[in-house]
Amino acid sequence: MYSHASESLIKQAREIQESELQKFYSRLMKMLQGKELGHDTVDSLQRLHLILSATKYTRTLPLELQKRFVALLSSPAEQHQVLSAAVLRETLPLTGQELNYNHQLNSHAAGLLLSQAVSRGDLSSLCTQLLRNLESRPSEGPTHSLMHTLPVLNSVLTHSPECLSEDQMTLVSKKLVDWLRYASVMQGVGTSSGGFFTGPRSRQPVPIAELDGSVSGDFFTVLCVGQGFTEDQWMNVYSFSMLRHWLLTYHSSCSTTVDADDRSEVDGSVVSMVSATSSSSRLLPPKERLREKAFQYCQRLIEQSDRKAHKKTDTELQKACLVEAVCILDCVCVEDASLVYRTFPCIKALFGRLSSELSYARVLLPIAQFYLNHGEIAAVDCENVWKVVFGRFPTELFNDPFLAHELLRFLRLNLESIELRVPQYTRYFPNLLKFLAWDSPAMVDDFVDLLPSMVTTGTAVELLHTLLDLPCLSATLVLQHRSTCLPISEPVGRSFVSLDAFRNPSFRGLFLFLLRTEAGSGDTMDRLSTLHELLVEAADWPRVTQCARTVPVLLHVFFNTIVTIADEKLLAHLILVLLERSSLLLNIPAYIKEIHRVFSCHLLRLCKLHPSLVVNQSHELLEFAGSTANVYSKEELYTHVVWVLGEYLSVSCDSRCSVSLITSCFEALEAVLFEITSSAPPTGMVCPAPKVINTLMSALAKLASRSHDLIPRVSLFLSKLRTVTRSGSVAWCSDEEDLVAIVTRGEELWSLLKAPGVAQSVLTPPPHVIAPQWHRDTNVALPLQLRALTSLTHSQ
Amino acid sequence: MVRCFLIHTVCPVSALSAGESRVLYSRVFGPDDGVLSERHRELSPEERRLLQKEKVAAVARQVRSAVSLSRESSGRLIVETMPGEENLALQDADCGVVRLRAGDPFSEETSALWLGVQSLGFTLVCEPHENLLLAEGTLRNLTRHCLEHLHMLGQGSEVLLKSNRIDVLLSRLLPHGQLLFLNHRFAQSLEKEVAAYMAK
Repeated sequence: MYSHASESLIKQAREIQESELQKFYSRLMKMLQGKELGHDTVDSLQRLHLILSATKYTRTLPLELQKRFVALLSSPAEQHQVLSAAVLRETLPLTGQELNYNHQLNSHAAGLLLSQAVSRGDLSSLCTQLLRNLESRPSEGPTHSLMHTLPVLNSVLTHSPECLSEDQMTLVSKKLVDWLRYASVMQGVGTSSGGFFTGPRSRQPVPIAELDGSVSGDFFTVLCVGQGFTEDQWMNVYSFSMLRHWLLTYHSSCSTTVDADDRSEVDGSVVSMVSATSSSSRLLPPKERLREKAFQYCQRLIEQSDRKAHKKTDTELQKACLVEAVCILDCVCVEDASLVYRTFPCIKALFGRLSSELSYARVLLPIAQFYLNHGEIAAVDCENVWKVVFGRFPTELFNDPFLAHELLRFLRLNLESIELRVPQYTRYFPNLLKFLAWDSPAMVDDFVDLLPSMVTTGTAVELLHTLLDLPCLSATLVLQHRSTCLPISEPVGRSFVSLDAFRNPSFRGLFLFLLRTEAGSGDTMDRLSTLHELLVEAADWPRVTQCARTVPVLLHVFFNTIVTIADEKLLAHLILVLLERSSLLLNIPAYIKEIHRVFSCHLLRLCKLHPSLVVNQSHELLEFAGSTANVYSKEELYTHVVWVLGEYLSVSCDSRCSVSLITSCFEALEAVLFEITSSAPPTGMVCPAPKVINTLMSALAKLASRSHDLIPRVSLFLSKLRTVTRSGSVAWCSDEEDLVAIVTRGEELWSLLKAPGVAQSVLTPPPHVIAPQWHRDTNVALPLQLRALTSLTHSQ
Repeated sequence: MVRCFLIHTVCPVSALSAGESRVLYSRVFGPDDGVLSERHRELSPEERRLLQKEKVAAVARQVRSAVSLSRESSGRLIVETMPGEENLALQDADCGVVRLRAGDPFSEETSALWLGVQSLGFTLVCEPHENLLLAEGTLRNLTRHCLEHLHMLGQGSEVLLKSNRIDVLLSRLLPHGQLLFLNHRFAQSLEKEVAAYMAK
């Protein structure tokens, strides 16, 4: 599809020499003198466009040439309009260039003006011109001459709603009402396919039809068909296409309060009376009238969408119309709450019709939004809606990228409201995470935003386990997906073991737990290690590795959130989970290392915030730190565990810390240190990094400084260390420099411990020493005070 | 409203580094994003054009990355189709949507819907509150027309040399970025006009 030829064309266009370009310009100028543009001219204009657009740096056209293009914009031939607009879009507008506003702007010229607008003034002028054309257009004219009006207007609204004046808004509202509700119900003249009939045929006017072929019995909408269309029917389509945006821009709740001041009391009572019934709304002001007509249009669309369309594209259009109709109804109900009572029966019926149809899942999201916004007012039970949206969609449709995107977006935009009105939302995280497990790169952004809302004290532990097992969930979803697809599509032998395991009844429970929809049935499963073994070949599946890469990010979000809401008891439990799971992870190489890094970071943080956690969990921490195997297999985490033990196992952090506790900790660490510095690492492992050994030595020194009887033991070890290393290389340290660093540290600690009283304050300084105090510190305060006084008294 | 429509590469291009994408066609709708915001008021028109091109390139890069990750995870092989098999190419195409955060690169959050047809991607960047069902249908329709009218399944470079055809296609099916609710008869009528233009 993309060939070398295209690549070289672009290269040529970018690298064209200035001289050649100037020659090209003059050739073009000559070609454009004539009225008609031949094929050569068109080709040359295209080449010019390529030259201009291929580079991000702007090229300036010669003035005469640019003026010629501006003139060409108003040419009656569309090809001229398109080409000149395309060229002019890629150059800078002429200063003082003004397109002649008296002419009727064609669509391409309007587009150009839009893209070159530099101020609100420009946009306002454009709107004024368009609306003037709309009002004063001749009755005969090419059918599409004004159809671009509404799209251009809509485009201006997006960026600058203030460009329309009150009068202009009223004019447009009136026109919209006419087109939406009062478009012709007869078919237009069919566009001639050329051929036999030269004159206009006199035919009986035929009424418009519905999508299922039956004759239409009500006003014209986008879901009506005919052989040909009249102009107002076209405008019906354009009007509906921009209706929601118009309502959102001008009919939001803040703007209605402004209008309320202008309305007289009589009008006010008329409005409320008419809203409650659907009788004639001729007495309503334009804004309210538009709202009423929009309401009617949407109700008709919902009704029309129940018909069985003949063509597939029309069925898809019906779905899109349903989405739009429900959104518009939601919008008008937000504006006027009294409409809720008229609307809810229809929405409820729609939900009833569609809730079991998975192919209509995307239509159910706006319906859910409607229930969320107005369910309380109407006192309607919304339980079923959430069961479908949170309980069913992620289970069955986790692999639909559009549904995932829209559902997560719905959650993000309505988070406050959902947390308030749908408290069960937080229980559905196992289900919602399926979107992430299936397509991590696309979903991770949304989950970074949503995860904090899913963290509650009640489910925190289960959530942590679930996050750590996301790669397993990813593998399971792949297996589930493969299992339902035809087996012949898989090459024989690939994923044989895991697929078998997935289908094996004795392992069913494991997979079912992963695939659960709601939290609360248990923090994690017993046979995690079995699961990991069964999924060992999944470690190189792309979906699983992509998922594994997102887990560290989510863990950070989790921990950042949990520290704000958890009490010490929960944090203690989480530390236990950290230690336990550090060896219970799916074996994806980089994954395990990354998780350990995240664990280390947050272990540190938690202990810093709540130092007494260390004494509380000393038993488990010591068990972890006392196991030599952990030095080699979990170096980073091990280092941090040892560090927190050394730092926070003291009476100043928690009064329950006894001498015997310190001693037993000391002994456990001492044993490990002896072991790793007396022999080579076990086969297959690398030598422990100097950091581990230094941390162990420092921890021992800190503990000894708190219980002075231990000091002789440390000193003994440190002197032995010095002796051993003097004799040259050792089996447990491969690098000479590392060894020097270790020995130096050892000597520092040894000399420090010779003055036990000092040692404690140096190794574990009390908090008021390390926290900067500035003017509150008497040592620092005096110079500051003197300096301040000096500058005040010496006022030169 | 649709902010922009792009056609860009989603395969490795020798002249570019790994993650880059070559933009073959881009059309940004509406007034310039920066004009009416405070931040870019002092920019000259040249700088504004440059900024717009950079934004379009940023979108193309993000979509390229999304496409390659999606193809990697689905493990599907890209099958080259011949000219004449446009419907098959479209059926086989992968699709998805990328969330573009506010500021990256447009001032407010947008959604980039993409359709990956072999080595090229067709992307529609939609504003928030846009009807994505309608956008998806429109994107497929636009892609089908582009593939057919510009013979994109072949080795030609018509996408570069006949971009005015895409301009006309967009002016009918996506005028000024407006998504249209077109039933098959309205669509047929517009497509006839487009075909008539292309025949010239």
